[in-house]
Amino acid sequence: MIDLQGYGPRLLEGALVTVELAVLSLILAVVLGLLTASAKLSRNRLIHGIGTLYTTLVRGVPDLVLMMLLFYGGQIGINMLTDQLYYAFDIDIFINVDAFVAGVITIGLIFGAYMGETFRGAFQSVEEGQMEAARAYGMSPLLAFRRVRFPLMMRHALPGIGNNWMVLLKTTALVSIIGLTDMVRVAAEATKATHEPFLFMLPVAGIYLLIASLSEWGFAKLSKRYSTGFGEASEWTN
Amino acid sequence: MAATPIPLEAKGIKKRFGDHEVLKGISLQAQKGDVITLIGASGSGKSTFLRCMNLLEQPDEGELIVHNETIGFRATKHGREPADWKQVERIRAKLSMVFQNFNLWSHMTLLENVIEAPVNVLKKPKKQAIEEARALLDRVGLLERADYFPTQMSGGQQQRGAIARALAMDPEVMLFDEPTSALDPELVGDVLKVMRDLADEGRTMILVTHEIAFARDVSSQVIYLHQGVVEEVGAPADVLDNPRSERLRQFLAPKH
Amino acid sequence: MDQLNAWFTQLLAGNAIFTANTLGFYWNGLVTTVQLVFLCLLLGIVLAVPLAIGRGSKRWWIKWPIYAYTYVFRGTPLLIQLYLVYYGVVFFNGIQDTIFWEVFKDAFYPALMAFTLNTAAYTTEIFRGAIKNTAKGEIEAARAYGMSKGLMMRRIILPSAFRRALPAYGNEVIFMLHASAVASVVTIMDLTGAAYYVYARFYAPFPAFIFVALIYLCLTFSIMFVFRRLEKRLLAHLRPRGA
Repeated sequence: MIDLQGYGPRLLEGALVTVELAVLSLILAVVLGLLTASAKLSRNRLIHGIGTLYTTLVRGVPDLVLMMLLFYGGQIGINMLTDQLYYAFDIDIFINVDAFVAGVITIGLIFGAYMGETFRGAFQSVEEGQMEAARAYGMSPLLAFRRVRFPLMMRHALPGIGNNWMVLLKTTALVSIIGLTDMVRVAAEATKATHEPFLFMLPVAGIYLLIASLSEWGFAKLSKRYSTGFGEASEWTN
Repeated sequence: MAATPIPLEAKGIKKRFGDHEVLKGISLQAQKGDVITLIGASGSGKSTFLRCMNLLEQPDEGELIVHNETIGFRATKHGREPADWKQVERIRAKLSMVFQNFNLWSHMTLLENVIEAPVNVLKKPKKQAIEEARALLDRVGLLERADYFPTQMSGGQQQRGAIARALAMDPEVMLFDEPTSALDPELVGDVLKVMRDLADEGRTMILVTHEIAFARDVSSQVIYLHQGVVEEVGAPADVLDNPRSERLRQFLAPKH
Repeated sequence: MDQLNAWFTQLLAGNAIFTANTLGFYWNGLVTTVQLVFLCLLLGIVLAVPLAIGRGSKRWWIKWPIYAYTYVFRGTPLLIQLYLVYYGVVFFNGIQDTIFWEVFKDAFYPALMAFTLNTAAYTTEIFRGAIKNTAKGEIEAARAYGMSKGLMMRRIILPSAFRRALPAYGNEVIFMLHASAVASVVTIMDLTGAAYYVYARFYAPFPAFIFVALIYLCLTFSIMFVFRRLEKRLLAHLRPRGA
């Protein structure tokens, strides 16, 4: 067995942080993505403009810079806000930006933009005739969305969601830079302490590969389910 | 007197795909200036036979002789393979093929398509190749399309361009694989006209086609294939106008 | 020059953060980032072309190692690859005594190596997909006209595959520009490193990071612009004439 020099349990805890962070960010990203897609498909110019600005900014700036801006800037921003509250209303509160929460919010915000593009394309690819048929059979807008548009859209969106998830998973490694103790940070600390980079980095790389392979398998199964009635399963790569 | 070399001769060509024997021993001899037409129902093996002649398919048995040069084969565990690919490349350059789907190279303009093989395979000087290419494009009525890309032309134009590409190799024999089958009916005439010109000027051609009237007009020999066997062979007047077998008679009967 | 200087000084007057000194930091960071990204992309392409061709080989002992390489490098974070190369070099016993140390003691080269291996893996798969999508008929025509395998690869398959790969490769270039921000973690003063320095020195996250974000945005848009132009030129054959 490999001797992890006592870092084994901490690495496992770090792995758990990575997975929690990734899953929670994904949920936030999907919600934001659906909102963004709706905004970009909206006829209201202001809403459309906000959606476009959001996706353009996020996709034009490195994840790490956005993360630093939100994490370091977030704390100062909140402090400024609480100071204002104190001076104006004599309310004394102190909010400490938790690295984990900051991580989830940043990654969710970043990937919300990418998901938005995915969902927009997927919504647009649903033929209007399908929705017309749903209305013709007396479905309420909500029911028609739930039973017809959503499942049809998912077929087109799944490959994109799969891709985004794979990129998101790797992006979580960046939180180690802003001080969150995920498995990359544990490995980096252990490396600096023991001068054994391969001993810690390779297992961590292995865990990423394992999660990626498992997700690939899972998404393949899901996409099979959503492609029923469409000849061949839509492929997704990367 | 030394006999003039025979441009192309195939002897006893056999080909199987898996368990299915597509060609069961077919022979053909193209003298200089011959226009040989292969006809037959789909699945008769006529296209496969044509593709065997420039080794796009490897014949399992049989002999190929191009301009007195016999193609050497060697046995491998996957079946027979040409012994010398350099020889195959040399021979292919002498047998220009025109495809059903044109297969012009999509990232090159028409002119670039025509000079590509002359310059890079035959090592002709580029300037000379361009001059010749322009003359050929003029001949097929496409000189003003020289700078167009294939996707910017109609199917008929692409096929005439593909014929110019084939001619630029100054081939011993031209192989035509159903050259009009992928075209809209109104575009077929232009392509056939170009092919008729080539036949008239004495080009050696082997042709797979469904255009029976055209075959009757230009062929020196018609070969009717059925399930990988030559059923009838002879002058067009014999084979097309007096078919001996019931099967050929049915094949030639006008369809509605 | 003097005029420009005066104009600059005036512009910066009353501004505690964006002094000529910090702007110099950003400028050096920009140079480092552009060098790093440009070099790794260049080396990445040089590696990716033969790898993409090999990836389509019939021989398993060529095909599978290449696939394993791209799978691993595309499946793990660049940050880990960077740590592995950087610490792998720094903590390599005895390296300080060899001539290699002269090259590798500067974090730039380990970072360049990690980035190159990373982008080469992605680029290999992009090229591989484009090569695989070459129209069968065009390959057949090349064979029928007596082209050897090498000539066909050089004249027919690669030129059309490169064109088809252009949009995906443009995304990879932008991806690499953004991913290069992690270089700041191993002591490299790239754009992000400069921004972090300014943040730490003035404790001013908003100006420091928003300014650098704008620089990255400009770079991103420039890359997009260049690739649009390239696509317009090189993908003309896919559009109707006159469009």
